[in-house]
Amino acid sequence: MTEIKVVRKVLDANDTVAAQNRKLFAEKGLFVINVMSSPGSGKTAVLERTLVEIGGEIPSAVIVGDICTTNDADRLARTGAPVVQINTDEFGGDCHLAAHVVAEAVSRLDLSGARLLVVENVGNLVCPAEFDIGEDIRCVVLSVTEGEDKPLKYPLMFRVCDVALLNKIDLIPHLDFDREAIIANIRAIDQGMPIFEISARTAEGFAPWLEWLKEKVKSKS
Amino acid sequence: MGIAIRIVEIAISAIPPDIEDARIERVNLKVGRLTAVVPESLRFCFNIASSDTPLASASLEIEETPIVIECGECGAETTIERPPFACSECGGGKVTVVSGRELDILSIEVADPEVEAVEGRE
Ligand SMILES: Nc1nc2c(ncn2[C@@H]2O[C@H](COP(=O)(O)OP(=O)(O)OP(=O)(O)O)[C@@H](O)[C@H]2O)c(=O)[nH]1
Ligand SMILES: [Mg+2]
Ligand SMILES: [Zn+2]
Repeated sequence: MTEIKVVRKVLDANDTVAAQNRKLFAEKGLFVINVMSSPGSGKTAVLERTLVEIGGEIPSAVIVGDICTTNDADRLARTGAPVVQINTDEFGGDCHLAAHVVAEAVSRLDLSGARLLVVENVGNLVCPAEFDIGEDIRCVVLSVTEGEDKPLKYPLMFRVCDVALLNKIDLIPHLDFDREAIIANIRAIDQGMPIFEISARTAEGFAPWLEWLKEKVKSKS
Repeated sequence: MGIAIRIVEIAISAIPPDIEDARIERVNLKVGRLTAVVPESLRFCFNIASSDTPLASASLEIEETPIVIECGECGAETTIERPPFACSECGGGKVTVVSGRELDILSIEVADPEVEAVEGRE
């Protein structure tokens, strides 16, 4: 047997394309947020409300990854922002968006005038955390119905994200929910991460989140 | 699955062109504990991704690396088994991960030519 040295990062090709995306976004002055969560935590619902609220002030565009439907794209298009849907089926049914897939979607998107590009990743708390797409910030959405231990079970996701949205707080009265525990568990992974407690249904808690996001977008130009 | 496919692609591209009908017997990987990779599932996906390739009978040798954090307050390094991501010296939580995110192919091991590969490939 002959051993042949390779020494390469498995994801080097993705990292290269992500760096190209990042350069393109910088040239366009476009701020990019990558939104990740388990299936059904409320990414689309949070983004619908976010885009409606800030759309007047910050022109936005959306890329949405979904394994096979166009439901999310249809919902998000109603906010008035241009939307491109990626069916990862065409890319082998991947459970995450890779940088080249985002690059292809960007080429199909009318970005004229846009300041913010929102990417709704495929619902999955594992793989998307490993794939850089050239974004400025990563956002994890966690709903109060998912169990307080999620951050401890998926530490990579909570470690790579810059902000956490704790969604569906309108349901708390109906649940046996331990708020202190879930916050402590997020803090155990990342002590300084901003956490916004929100409800996409009632809009509770949205104001501070929108302020935070607007500040971030404006700081890149 | 995407990761397994990339491993197969990189391994194939690393086969020296002068070896005819090369058969890879082993792929040596370094995988950090703070990655999206679970060794058992990676092996499972690799077996699917490698079928009908020179890696069809290859095994994955996975060297796992622990999570090591460096404290932004006192500079101490801590190896952690599980959360919290906090400094063992001063308890500070302003830490950077210095090891544990590795996902590298270190080497491939190619079967010696006299061990003939019988199965046909395109
Ligand atoms: N009560 C309540 N329900 C919510 C809230 N946000 C989302 N939902 C509901 O949760 C379900 C899933 O929401 P989506 O926005 O589709 O979740 P998602 O994360 O985009 O789902 P995938 O794209 O399939 O991964 C829907 O039935 C929403 O109406 C909320 O704040 N409160
Ligand atoms: Mg959705
Ligand atoms: Zn310290």
